[in-house]
Amino acid sequence: MWKFIASRLLQAVPVILAVITVTFFLVRIAPGGPFDSEKAVIPEVKAALEAQYRLDQPLFQQYLAYLGDLAQGELGPSFKYPGRSVNELIAAGLPATAELGLYALLVAVCIGGVAGVLASLKPNTAQDYIPMSLAMIGICMPTFLLGPLLVLLFGIQLEWLPVSGWGEMPGDKLLPSLTLGAAYAAYVARLSRAGMLEVLSQDYIRTARAKGLPEWQVITRHALRGGLMPVVTFLGPAFAGLLAGSFVVETIFQIPGLGRFYVQAAFNRDYTMILGTTVFLSTLIVLFNLASDVLAAWLNPRLRSQFGEA
Amino acid sequence: MLPFIYKFFLVPLTLLILVGCSAGESNVSQGNREGILHFGNGSEPQGLDPHVVTGVPESKLIDAMYEGLTRKNPWTLEPEPGAAASWSFSEDRRVITFQLQPEGRWSNGDPVTAHDFVWSWRRALNPAMGNLYSYMLYPVQNAEAYATGKLQDPEQLGVKALDDYTLEVTLSEPTPYFLQLLDHYSTFAVPRQVIEQFGEATDRFTRWTRPGNIITNGPFRLTEWKLNRRIEVEKNPYYWDADMVQLNGVVFYPTENLVSEERMFRVNQLHYTNDVPLDKLPAYRAMPDSPFVEAPYLGTYFYLINTARPPLDDVRVRQALSLAVDRAKLARSVMHDLVTPAWSITPPGTLGYEPPKLFDYEPERARALLAEAGYPGGKGWPGFELIYNTSESHRKIAVALQQMWKDVLGIEVSLSNQEWKVYLDSVSEMNFDVARRGWVGDYVDPNNFLDLYLSDGGNNNTGFADPDYDQMILERAPQAQDREERFRIFFEAETRLMEEMPIIPIYTYASKHLKHPSVKGLPSNLMDFVNFKYIRLEPVEVQEFEVP
Amino acid sequence: MNEPILAVGSVEQGTSLWKDAWIRLRRNRLALFGLVLLVSFVILALLTPWIAPYAYDDQNLDLGASPPSAAHWLGTDIFGRDLLTQILYGGRISLAVGFVATSVALLIGVTWGAVAGYVGGRVDAVMMRLVDILYALPFMIFIVLLMVVFGRNLLLLFLAIGAVEWLTMARIMRGQVQTLRQQEFVEAAISLGLSPVTIIWRHLVPNALGPIIVYTTLTIPSVMLLEAFLSFLGLGVQPPQTSWGLLISYGAETMEEYPWLLIFPGMALTLTLFALNFLGDGLRDALDVRGSTD
Repeated sequence: MWKFIASRLLQAVPVILAVITVTFFLVRIAPGGPFDSEKAVIPEVKAALEAQYRLDQPLFQQYLAYLGDLAQGELGPSFKYPGRSVNELIAAGLPATAELGLYALLVAVCIGGVAGVLASLKPNTAQDYIPMSLAMIGICMPTFLLGPLLVLLFGIQLEWLPVSGWGEMPGDKLLPSLTLGAAYAAYVARLSRAGMLEVLSQDYIRTARAKGLPEWQVITRHALRGGLMPVVTFLGPAFAGLLAGSFVVETIFQIPGLGRFYVQAAFNRDYTMILGTTVFLSTLIVLFNLASDVLAAWLNPRLRSQFGEA
Repeated sequence: MLPFIYKFFLVPLTLLILVGCSAGESNVSQGNREGILHFGNGSEPQGLDPHVVTGVPESKLIDAMYEGLTRKNPWTLEPEPGAAASWSFSEDRRVITFQLQPEGRWSNGDPVTAHDFVWSWRRALNPAMGNLYSYMLYPVQNAEAYATGKLQDPEQLGVKALDDYTLEVTLSEPTPYFLQLLDHYSTFAVPRQVIEQFGEATDRFTRWTRPGNIITNGPFRLTEWKLNRRIEVEKNPYYWDADMVQLNGVVFYPTENLVSEERMFRVNQLHYTNDVPLDKLPAYRAMPDSPFVEAPYLGTYFYLINTARPPLDDVRVRQALSLAVDRAKLARSVMHDLVTPAWSITPPGTLGYEPPKLFDYEPERARALLAEAGYPGGKGWPGFELIYNTSESHRKIAVALQQMWKDVLGIEVSLSNQEWKVYLDSVSEMNFDVARRGWVGDYVDPNNFLDLYLSDGGNNNTGFADPDYDQMILERAPQAQDREERFRIFFEAETRLMEEMPIIPIYTYASKHLKHPSVKGLPSNLMDFVNFKYIRLEPVEVQEFEVP
Repeated sequence: MNEPILAVGSVEQGTSLWKDAWIRLRRNRLALFGLVLLVSFVILALLTPWIAPYAYDDQNLDLGASPPSAAHWLGTDIFGRDLLTQILYGGRISLAVGFVATSVALLIGVTWGAVAGYVGGRVDAVMMRLVDILYALPFMIFIVLLMVVFGRNLLLLFLAIGAVEWLTMARIMRGQVQTLRQQEFVEAAISLGLSPVTIIWRHLVPNALGPIIVYTTLTIPSVMLLEAFLSFLGLGVQPPQTSWGLLISYGAETMEEYPWLLIFPGMALTLTLFALNFLGDGLRDALDVRGSTD
């Protein structure tokens, strides 16, 4: 087991290096530079700016210099926010985004998981159709629509909850978490329903039932493990996607998170910021994918043998 | 699993809902009580160094915290005494002598002296600084040469401190709008001591603008800067005109999403919004005691034409395109009567200057011109592509124009929206047929619009080049004896420009905001300029803005 | 050498499987309803140029946004264009994108995941790390570059979306295959000396159909919404062409002022997805090789 994790962590190094390399050169090929603005920039000024950011050096040399800085944990100064380093910006944005992502994931797993499992227990009955139809609406409802709808209902009509902010007023974390979590809840519901149905028809469940175990014990002891497998495989990438995808929610609710930086960095051609956030996110993605693989193996003993091989 | 969920999730959620229901005091009523203005500021500012930043949100913050030699009166837009108490011009109007405020102080109590301005202008113009707005100081003698590295010695700049409180500025030629430039932030004084304490004068990356480090000379001073959350300033007790300042502080919010911003306003979280969603205009206008304020804005929305590419190299085609646009209808239906049709590049009423109007919506003449150019009824039309940067309002205009051209001229035009930086690249490389463009004046003078189309103008981007035009703008206008003659020359130049039609003017911008009825002393003006010094709060309770 | 024989065998096997499934599917009323609805949407999309009440770019600026009326059954947008016409034309794009891009994602994802999961070891590690890399690349820059390098066209849009959506599919498929691989029937197939291709396509993929179908029905809506996002960025359809995703995102901005601009396109998308899901669930049940689930 530990050997498996160690080897996967080792594999992560070339993965992240590849991501950095590809991203570094991709952003430089993209048209438009960080200093382009609506008003033409005086050439001398542009040259001075490029010198301040090392952009006047040959590209490959810049790449090596970047790797050198990165090895020391330095992500460099931001182009868009000149007085700030990328490290500082990520540190400023991360807490809100991580918290939002965590709550959203909890919403997804609690609501979606319960709905999916309930639906799978009595397929093709009202207990199946109602939660699944709600899940479907959740999937059709993009965050840019659900967010404003929730705000209009709870924030403006009922005046129960604040319309924006994060940790500034009591209750302001609720709507963003629900908005971001809803789409994932719908996924989790569908995946867990399918997974459960798959498992419930398996022989070992029939055996368990035949042995006279109460139904709820059959479900919790035996079926859930296998039935939630697809959900677990989905969660790793989902959490990473949640972080990157929180942009819309952060914008709607004015949340000071990383998602806004991540997306705007691309629009601004803020080279260091794009790279910094990408390095950071790719590390997270690799880690979460690993975590979900480990969790999947833990839930499914038959896979454990594979740890030896990897 | 269940206890875990219960403990970490359900309990806080339930608490949040319960607490959330007992609605707290809104920002607006709390602000009214404490004299704090809650101000929607559009986006997170790049920074607070006046020689580094470039945007509108930054300018609002910097105007609140710093002060140039002059400061615009928000009602008249005329320059008023700022850091300078008075000024006088020499006979040939090339030398201006400023007497600084005897009580002018930085927010730590140190005096603001003429030396601060000399040092700051040298910094603003230093090529190593990479100041994108250094050209605002170009009228100063030798400024352009120094800023472009042709002259190394900053001593030769036309700015000198005669004593601690007397500043002498020498211009390379008389510049009627120079006083207006002095309240642009690139001409502001920055605190030398603090900057040097944190690094080199020209280093962009230092921490001198952080709360606790920064000192400023304006009506307010920085107290808190929470990234992407809020920036708070408080009244600066050392400000020379502190008696005039009514607010105890301002909180700036980076309200990026204008739909969210409008909702914040509706539940009394903001006193003033940066913008208003266009489609909400009819509803807000219909409200009794509407918080909606609108005003013409010193800017023009237009389409750039690449005059090198056929069929647009034919002036008749360009004119036909322009004549076929029903601007009044566009302004009415797509823009909800917010904007006014534009017939030329300079906005009307710029310091009393009225631009020429050479044409109107003339579908018959447009068809005739197109036929003359060889495309009767659109026959044989090769088509062209119209690019615009990704934005809802640009899309609306483009879709409407596409159809007008089809209906009136019978021609097909394809649309292409481009991501912002791609669009900028296409425009500056002239890699387009027709491109959406807007220009907002840095100062109130026709020159700011007309010098765009100089043959070698960096913002020309159309291929339009006319030596006579250049001569009128560069030589004849600056030497004009009075404003009337100067404007006559501008009118002549602009007439020539619009005959050649390298651009299709569409409308004159308008600013739009939501303003809580408690807010006084914040008038609308042509520059959308906010002078925080004069704003006061006279509490009016509005429970909620019910949008019909 | 023996691949052709196996292929023939699998075709025969497949026919009876599908025939069987079709009989079972016909008994499932909801699934049948979904199928009929989908087919009628596709027919509507195909016939749009002949049945649309107005031309899709026919503006009436003086009319502007108007609620449903006798002349415009579903109302008009801010340009005074007929919304019903817009939805019909938008459906052509959305359905095409939804089906084509999802098929691309499905094909690549299932193959990739199945091979990685089946072969295991080093190959698996390399293949899945490649997936990790693609996950981590900044999507926005990637899209902008694609646009600049290849220009704008619909085919590119399909590819770009497919290229993104296959990653999760691959991970899910791999997880499934890893589980199935340990089961007796697969081990039996291996010991019989069947080629990996046969085992994957005849034994592993059919057994993993449940999660695949479910995930596919989840992918189609996200693909349609992704299309709206890309079109908004400048890749994909350009005005005056439109799609359901675009109509919904424009409608969302003015949902308080002109709610019909959101409700009707939203209904079109939701109905399609309901139909897809019913059909998907029905198919899953019908194709379930291990028998019924209840």
